[in-house]
Amino acid sequence: MSKYTEDDLREELKTKEYEYGFYTDIASDTFPVGLNEDVVIAISKRKEEPEWMTEWRLEAFKAWKEMVEPEWANVHYKKPDFQAISYYSAPNSKPKYDSLDEVDPELLASFKKLGISIDEQKKLANVAMDVVVDSVSVATTFKKTLAEKGIIFMSISEAIKKHPELVKKYIGTVVPQKDNFYAALNSAVFSDGSFCYIPKGVRCPMELSTYFRINQAGTGQFERTLVIADEGSYVSYLEGCTAPSRDENQLHAAVVELIALDNSEIKYSTVQNWYPGNAEGKGGVYNFVTKRGLCETNAKISWTQVETGSAVTWKYPSCVLKGDNSIGEFYSIAVTNNYQQADTGTKMIHLGKNTKSTIISKGISAGKSQNSYRGLVQINPRADNARNFSQCDSLLMGNECGAHTFPYIEAKNKSAQIEHEATTSKIGEDQIFYCNQRGIDTEKAIALIVNGFSKDVLNKLPMEFAVEAQKLLEISLEGSVG
Amino acid sequence: MDLKEKLVSSFMAFENQVDVDSYVHGIRTEAIKTFETTGFPTKKEEAWKYTSLNKILKQDYSVFPKQENSIEYRDVKKYLIHDIDTYKIIFIDGKYSSHLSETTHDGIDVCLMSAALSKPKYRLVIENYFNKAATNDSLSSLNTAFSSEGAFIHIPKNKLVEKPIQIVHFSTGNESALMLQPRNLIVVDENSHVQIIERHQSLTENSVLTNSVTEVFANKRAIIDYYKIQNDNQKASLIDNTFIKQKQESHASVHTFTFGGNLTRNNLNFYQHGERIDSTLKGVTIIGDKQHVDHNTLVHHIEPNCESHQDYKGIFDDNATGVFNGKVVVEKEAQKTNAFQANNNILVSDKSSINTKPQLEIFADDVKCSHGCTIGQLDEDALFYMKTRGIPEKEAKALLMYAFANNVLESVKIPEIKARITKLIATKLGVNIGFNL
Repeated sequence: MSKYTEDDLREELKTKEYEYGFYTDIASDTFPVGLNEDVVIAISKRKEEPEWMTEWRLEAFKAWKEMVEPEWANVHYKKPDFQAISYYSAPNSKPKYDSLDEVDPELLASFKKLGISIDEQKKLANVAMDVVVDSVSVATTFKKTLAEKGIIFMSISEAIKKHPELVKKYIGTVVPQKDNFYAALNSAVFSDGSFCYIPKGVRCPMELSTYFRINQAGTGQFERTLVIADEGSYVSYLEGCTAPSRDENQLHAAVVELIALDNSEIKYSTVQNWYPGNAEGKGGVYNFVTKRGLCETNAKISWTQVETGSAVTWKYPSCVLKGDNSIGEFYSIAVTNNYQQADTGTKMIHLGKNTKSTIISKGISAGKSQNSYRGLVQINPRADNARNFSQCDSLLMGNECGAHTFPYIEAKNKSAQIEHEATTSKIGEDQIFYCNQRGIDTEKAIALIVNGFSKDVLNKLPMEFAVEAQKLLEISLEGSVG
Repeated sequence: MDLKEKLVSSFMAFENQVDVDSYVHGIRTEAIKTFETTGFPTKKEEAWKYTSLNKILKQDYSVFPKQENSIEYRDVKKYLIHDIDTYKIIFIDGKYSSHLSETTHDGIDVCLMSAALSKPKYRLVIENYFNKAATNDSLSSLNTAFSSEGAFIHIPKNKLVEKPIQIVHFSTGNESALMLQPRNLIVVDENSHVQIIERHQSLTENSVLTNSVTEVFANKRAIIDYYKIQNDNQKASLIDNTFIKQKQESHASVHTFTFGGNLTRNNLNFYQHGERIDSTLKGVTIIGDKQHVDHNTLVHHIEPNCESHQDYKGIFDDNATGVFNGKVVVEKEAQKTNAFQANNNILVSDKSSINTKPQLEIFADDVKCSHGCTIGQLDEDALFYMKTRGIPEKEAKALLMYAFANNVLESVKIPEIKARITKLIATKLGVNIGFNL
């Protein structure tokens, strides 16, 4: 049996190219580079938005101009030049399709390459897809089934036109325009995104899913997602991303807002596989995302994320547990390789009584990458009997990578019960030996161990997504993980 | 004039009192420049996020003790570990008190920083070690700039120091609010062993601010046990900066017992320069009123096969706030490191709060590092059990809290200190039981 060691694995990781790095040639309608008030107004006009929305964007833009880029994260990168980015890009011909046959065949082919067959998903997985190529949604499926239940699932620009009252009521309530530098930028220039509303007492019969892709060279993608679960409803929302190879850095600054009203539940799962840059650390996507959910009484929000891509990731899906008895959960796997840097984690803000939160974070670093967990658990004085459990485990492969843990725990109520634990380790030689002894070669053994390490989180993903997540783990740690 | 300006301008007056041509004075002038540019830390700095110095810096401190004050042994006996024989280095308002102290030059040097700085026979030690472990952050620099007095301990090779050494700083503050900046240097050479007890005690109702720097050097196979007892009054604030530099196979442990003081900040830093080093950092904090205690620890693993153990327990009552900011850094070369960190807290009252941030920064792959952190309450069932057996609630609670803190006490090697701490815990919890039943 050929001996497969961690060194071999490292070697493979180094040379593994980004498989999904292809570029679809769709004629695009792109804005010239630069950002000023006129660009913001033009985006708004292009999207045929009502006046209040234009005002809202301008307000955000004004705030953004006053703000400076944050520097506290444990990541180092060349700051993007915000005047060198084009802020709007939409596929040129964008009629609304009713069936897949009408969709640009080249686009369908690109999805096939990604292994996302819309037909298959439609038939087998029962997933409704709001496909986003660059910034404008081109195909929405299963709309009819959802419409029967009264569920609204559409692109946010469509929602601004069709359901302005809902958008106006909720947008910016969880992530205000002035929340942070990137949220303000997003609020000013967001091009598109998804909007979802689940009416009272409705249990969404299928997983809602969106695929985002950055497609046009030099266009930052500014997604805005708003999910509202009305009283007593349930929804599971999936978000997955892949992006083509690019040499210059691309900026991705999304904002996701979740609102879970009384007794409702939102499950939000992400698989992120933006282009991480090549083995020398050149190129790759900057992923600066603001994700936050608000829980009212008895509501529950669960974030699950698998982060394998991006050159720089900066992402903290958070829960504001405002209502009594509300629950927040965060399950994360972050894999970094080569020169990738990830600074990710969560914030659990306990405001209501009897609120509970669980944090499980698994970091795997290989190559020369840096992987940080940064989290905040805050128990406010009125949050009686709050409960938190946090666990952050890191797995290191090779001696040139780093794993960091920065947990902030602030308790201002005596009845709080908080547990936090973190461990860092490598794949034990004895573990591999044990597998070898039983006829499992080293490659498979490493796969087995990494899978076992990530299982707590993978288990939380919806069935259809778990398969894809496994696949993405494979790409990041290819050759060894199955 | 704010305190920073006052300190910077008084540096000139300070220069009149010391030998300005000495080696150390060069370091002092550099340090005052650093302090002048950085100033006191503010909450904007990550390391001071949860601790604000604003309030205590507003006082009008006298930065030089004006006159010598004397105190009688019987008045301060209770603050000393008096039931065993010890060496004592005792300062009153920053000035050495010869009649309370007991120093030695017999084989080992247990004496004064001022003596070490002026006598030629210590020149080599001073040049090799002085300010070689301390960082140039603003508060340490401030101390360095005014460093002139403190304890100087030098243990040569192969010595087992039979008696523990007590370093005690009393402040009488007879005239006004007082700022003290003691500077201690402890050098322990190969195979030697020493035990040190440090305490700061204010005897006045006037405000006292102590900004202390202690540098400890543990050479090959040296063993150092350091105990810090912090039980000052409500007007006294302490910023303790301790830097411990360890060589191979040395063992160093620091136990910090914090039961009082207005604001207490412990910056405890361990640097491991060598293999098979063992570092231990433990602490018990039991505070109430409006007290604020901040433990800021750093363990820097630089070379392979080393260990570190951290265990901090905190009990917070009334309006007290606790901060724990522990950082473990494992460098790329430091393979086979074992680093453990635990921070457990109990909040007793509604207005108490705790902010904790146990950090790991790891650059090596073959390591075992873990940290744990909990905030919780006393077990209701255990309390009920004891109450049904006739133990009053207060005593039952105290027993549970003592049990909670006991892990830390177990590693205390001097029985008299253990007894003293146990007694202090009982007083602090307001009960009259011995615990060591």
